[in-house]
Amino acid sequence: MKEFVYNCVSLSEEDFTQGRVLFETWKPVARYAWDAGIAIGRYLRELKNGRLIGVHCPNCGRVLVPPRMFCQDCFVPIDGFVPLQDTGTVVTFSICYIRWDMVRLEHPLIPAVIAIDGASPGMGILHLLGEVKPEDVRIGMRVRAVWKPAEERVGAITDIRYFKPIE
Amino acid sequence: MIREVAIVGVGWSPFRSITPDLSYKEMMYEAAVRAYEDAGIDPRRDVDSFVTVAEDFNEGTSIFDEYTPDQLGGALRPNHTITGDGIHGLAAAVMQILTGHFNIVVVEAHSKASNILTHPHILAYAMDPVYNRPLAFHPYAIAGMEMRRYLAETGTPLEACAQVVVKNRGNARLNPLAAHAADLSVEDVLGSEPIAEPLTRLQCAEHADGAVVFVLADGATARALTDRPIWIRGIGWANDTHTLESRPWGEASYAYWASQMAYRMAGIKSPRNEIDFAEVDDTFAYKELQHLEALGLCRPGEAGWWTLEGATALTGEFPVNPSGGALGEGHLLDCTGLARVLEVVLQLRGEAGPRQLEGAEIGLAFSWRGVPTTSGAAVVLSN
Repeated sequence: MKEFVYNCVSLSEEDFTQGRVLFETWKPVARYAWDAGIAIGRYLRELKNGRLIGVHCPNCGRVLVPPRMFCQDCFVPIDGFVPLQDTGTVVTFSICYIRWDMVRLEHPLIPAVIAIDGASPGMGILHLLGEVKPEDVRIGMRVRAVWKPAEERVGAITDIRYFKPIE
Repeated sequence: MIREVAIVGVGWSPFRSITPDLSYKEMMYEAAVRAYEDAGIDPRRDVDSFVTVAEDFNEGTSIFDEYTPDQLGGALRPNHTITGDGIHGLAAAVMQILTGHFNIVVVEAHSKASNILTHPHILAYAMDPVYNRPLAFHPYAIAGMEMRRYLAETGTPLEACAQVVVKNRGNARLNPLAAHAADLSVEDVLGSEPIAEPLTRLQCAEHADGAVVFVLADGATARALTDRPIWIRGIGWANDTHTLESRPWGEASYAYWASQMAYRMAGIKSPRNEIDFAEVDDTFAYKELQHLEALGLCRPGEAGWWTLEGATALTGEFPVNPSGGALGEGHLLDCTGLARVLEVVLQLRGEAGPRQLEGAEIGLAFSWRGVPTTSGAAVVLSN
């Protein structure tokens, strides 16, 4: 192996601060404001009202959530919005010990897909579970949305704080 | 080509400066529904593959490929997204059909330029980060430098560049899809505020939102589907060196090589005589002139005078950008090239309404990916 090891030293922080290693930096500024559109725009408005809604496909008859203007299976336009319950069943979940930016969490987040009551089987929304010990969460667990107070809701998915187990 | 390929369906979501009513998915769906209705197909049953053209930085979403299938009817089907101009996507679809494994392929591109709040930053990000970007001038100055060199080498007058704007935004008045129709004079254009001299504001295409979808089919399938297929006779693309320090500033060599590839495939020996009209990238007004020369449609230095004489007008001997081009329709980011092709298809079908050209049989579409690129793509179509 020795013949493959070059005669060199590893870089230190000083090599950068004292300019022995030359480099260039740039801070990107990438900001966007995405048009929510008809379906998701209505979804967000109803979240602000403290309600979950889905849409109905006239072809396969399914109730789809989150709303969209077309059924991706049938490729036909939906024919209306449908009120849904704010209760549902845990389809799958994870106990997540890192935040999105890789910061380690003492109290884990519990992201879950929740099949919403009133929507067709397999139709759920992605959210978080709360007021439950990680070790107690199960697939098939019945849960209910915990909403922010009306005056704090802004028309965003975070208007629901989390879903908690139904006693 | 070893297998014939035709465009059998076209669809769009109209080009507008802002589209707050629709999400990009709903815009794509609108364009797709039109294209499938036009082709008489059901995407869930008939389409073998879907090609989309999108750039993550323009979308604000990484790995944008994930977000394209549903609104095109492509879930659980072959899908892929490429970065490039729309005509690069068209080329990808043509190649898929040429393999013999796909008979019907869909191509989509769109723009939600109005949703990008820091577009100058996104554009600056295209510059070399180590030895160009720190100089901190707006990338449009690259167009300014190129324009100056082009004008100097060819003796083209500034008025010719301005006339391109007058013509294209004027043509757009006859195009219901166009976002930036206007009745301008040469004085208006040259008198607008300087952006990067000699480039003035009105010589730069403004952005627009919109979407375009095409349905492509092999020859036998195309003939079964429609009695008015628009044939893709040749398609080509080329890039020059990216280095700003050593590229040929006066001429658009990428356009020459891209078009030569397309002409070779199409069997075109004398483009000026064999092609009836063209939709040519005009992101900056001088680019239309520089591209016309590189595409072999006139001699170097001739395009400006040609334009001033009215030869490239709607009623001229060789109409260029009857749609209004990017100056008139709006610059649609990755979708700009498909907007050029859409107009060629509508003209060849005889569906261009008040701007319909008489007896158009062979048309050329050429796109460029904008500053600071030397990325071009060309396609020759016939009815």
